Amino acid sequence: MKPAASTALAAGLIGMALLLALGALLPKWLQFLSTMSAANGIVSLGIVLLMRGGVVSFGQGLVFAAGGYAVALLANKLGVTDALLLTLAGGAVAALLALPFAPLLARYRGIFFSMLTLALSMVLYGVLVKTDALGGSDGFNMSRPTLLGMRIADAWSGYVLYALAVVIAGALAILARIYFESTRGLVSLAIRENELRVQYLGASTTRVMAANFVIAAFMGGAGGALAIMALGHIEPNFSYWTTSGEFVFVSILAGHYSVLAVFVASFVLELVRSFSNLYFPNTWQMALGIFLLIVIRFLPRGIGSLWLDWRRRKAT
Amino acid sequence: MNTLVTILVDGITYASWLFIVALGLTLVFGVLKILNIAHGSFYAAGAYVAATFVSWFAAWQFAPWLSLVALLLAAVAVAAVLAPLTERGLLRMFYGRDEVLLVLVTYALFLILEDATKLVWGANPYFVSAPYSLFGTVPVAGQAYVGYDFMLIGVALFCGVGVWWGLNRTRIGKLVLAVIHSAEIASSMGVDISRVYTFAFMFGILLAALGGALTAPMISVQPGLSVGVVIVSFAVVIIGGLGSIQGAALGALIVGLARALAVHTWPPAELFSIYVAMAVVLVFRPEGLFQQVQARRI
Amino acid sequence: MSALLSARGLHKHFGAVVAAEQVSMDINPGEHISLIGSNGAGKTTFVNMITGYLKPDHGEILLEGRDVTALGPAQITRLGVARSFQMPQLCAEMSALDNMIVAAACGDGALSFWKPAHTKAKRDRAHVLLERFGLNAHAARRVAELPGGVRKLLDIAMAMTHRPKILLLDEPTSGVSTEEKFPLMDTVTAALGSEAVTVLFVEHDMDIVTRYATRVVAFYSGRILADGSPARVLADDEVRRYVTGTAH
Repeated sequence: MKPAASTALAAGLIGMALLLALGALLPKWLQFLSTMSAANGIVSLGIVLLMRGGVVSFGQGLVFAAGGYAVALLANKLGVTDALLLTLAGGAVAALLALPFAPLLARYRGIFFSMLTLALSMVLYGVLVKTDALGGSDGFNMSRPTLLGMRIADAWSGYVLYALAVVIAGALAILARIYFESTRGLVSLAIRENELRVQYLGASTTRVMAANFVIAAFMGGAGGALAIMALGHIEPNFSYWTTSGEFVFVSILAGHYSVLAVFVASFVLELVRSFSNLYFPNTWQMALGIFLLIVIRFLPRGIGSLWLDWRRRKAT
Repeated sequence: MNTLVTILVDGITYASWLFIVALGLTLVFGVLKILNIAHGSFYAAGAYVAATFVSWFAAWQFAPWLSLVALLLAAVAVAAVLAPLTERGLLRMFYGRDEVLLVLVTYALFLILEDATKLVWGANPYFVSAPYSLFGTVPVAGQAYVGYDFMLIGVALFCGVGVWWGLNRTRIGKLVLAVIHSAEIASSMGVDISRVYTFAFMFGILLAALGGALTAPMISVQPGLSVGVVIVSFAVVIIGGLGSIQGAALGALIVGLARALAVHTWPPAELFSIYVAMAVVLVFRPEGLFQQVQARRI
Repeated sequence: MSALLSARGLHKHFGAVVAAEQVSMDINPGEHISLIGSNGAGKTTFVNMITGYLKPDHGEILLEGRDVTALGPAQITRLGVARSFQMPQLCAEMSALDNMIVAAACGDGALSFWKPAHTKAKRDRAHVLLERFGLNAHAARRVAELPGGVRKLLDIAMAMTHRPKILLLDEPTSGVSTEEKFPLMDTVTAALGSEAVTVLFVEHDMDIVTRYATRVVAFYSGRILADGSPARVLADDEVRRYVTGTAH
């Protein structure tokens, strides 16, 4: 069997190339949809990474908002406008924010981990809503980003952001797959199964979980950066619990076995959201809810597990 | 001095309806071990049905005081219809599964109920303020406060004492306590677990709907109610301790007073103070102020 | 010859229950010590304390002269004290091979963020270890599907991945059928091979004790009743009354 790293690399690069080519042909609304799917998918990928360690974060909105606000401020106040740089900055700021909390959160499991992450994201929400300097509950707009020193023409802005999102998502997807296949990734799965045993084998499980938390935060921040560049606007709602809930929905739908499944699931969410809003307003949340129940009941390991099982059957 | 009294009345009023709702949430967790994200949706359902019933009673020209009966009936209606449907039709399928998984199931339910309410009542707000003036005003320290608020405090006290008495002094209550302590052991001793679950869940929903019905005259009943209520209720039960009645009371008081204090002295703190308290409790005493559940920490 | 591990005056209580009272024991290199005693006598509490899972209320634990009383299981394992469990603690959804790879990775020190877990070298190493325990046939199977005796051996195999200085086996033959008990212990002894591993095993079956132990420590009510050669301890009056139940 080929080493996982090179398979992931090859598949990822080919996929990215295809998407980049395809993107130029897509109508603007579909480009935007795909951009948001990629951005949000990255955030959900962070949750999936944590899920592989056995914990579900209900507060990914914290890092999503942190990345978004950081980027908006960098662009508006400090004149940093390069989109690529902003994405990385968003991730970095979010990771830095998560760093002091990581050792603390690394010691929590089950509902208490979920509630603590939820509480932290709501603290940020509460602060943001009341901070008039940041636009309060309305938030504020972000100035147009540039790319590699060049201004992005209006006609091209949709595609450029789409391309950036595809490249960043692709890169992070490949890195995530490499991480999942690494020794640390395998040990994370083992922690999910039997944490006591892993400790008794000599590994510091809190350190592994803390590192996972920071990596997931980076992803949340990078996704937040891309999202706000696509939307042009940031607001406290990015940190609200219902936003975090949507990311969790995508993670559950995707499961933790396949990185690609996360982006597929994210795309499905965006699709359902758009079409429902257009044709059946007041039903898209219901559709999501029913969808989620069906997945939990009949496909508890997510749609990614379908592919995993197919591969296993092929091997035997 | 006046501000202090205002803060106290404000805070305790807020704490009262919050306690009624949180009591339901903590009971459901204590018995069924489910942290119900849809709890706020039942609150909203109570508010909407209350709005409908009150307007019907007004249209049928019933005496004004009967609108209170309408509120009560609304809560009962919501519990009687939605609780069995939810518990037997949905939750039952997932008993025994991971507690976080159950939270996700209730999250799905929340999503469904959000849109269901919009489909039935539409997206426009309802105002049913008539009952709010039923109790006139009450002078306290030279200021006039709305009598309805004090009624609410009274109801909260009644619910708290009632539930405590019901659990500790009646036979059924002792069975419920047994299940709270350990469903496995209670079951092996012959207690009909599934009936206790159904009863506890229905009672929890009744409390949520009651909270919604009683506050309907004080607010504008519109989409999004559930979202705000459930998250504050979560903060209350985490602070007080999952499964604890006293905890729900203390948690509600802390949250209510903190909020009132913030609103009147430092408004920016109004929202985040609640969640800072929640986070602080989780960090230093995750079981909450009245320990009932062992926190999963290592 | 100084002791490899030294427990001094360990005391532990849970509410009114005294699980350990003035427990002192020196574990010397090369010994095969059997801990005996009825359920609740304090054997597993002792094992939990010297592996860092429980902190004693009083007393200290020295490993090669170093005070390890405050350390946790991960650290103590890295210092060379490995443990298997009465109920095998495994990653049930993973294959036996993966469990071994995890065991190897955890004890190796730094966990890599990018180096693959399933390299040929790592697989081979895991297969070799499985072979020593006669488990290679089950390598690819999900642990949840494996029979009890196999899971017991796998648990022990995982503990032995990094050539521990001290190997603690908590009831290695419990839950295993009578015909399988001796073969299991023989497999373990053979796998230990020529390596100077000090073994401590909690055991209820006196046949196993007499056959494999060089020293026996009897527990009762949280205290050590007797400590010495198997012949002497098993003949001791108190031990016969309180532990083996063969009093005259």
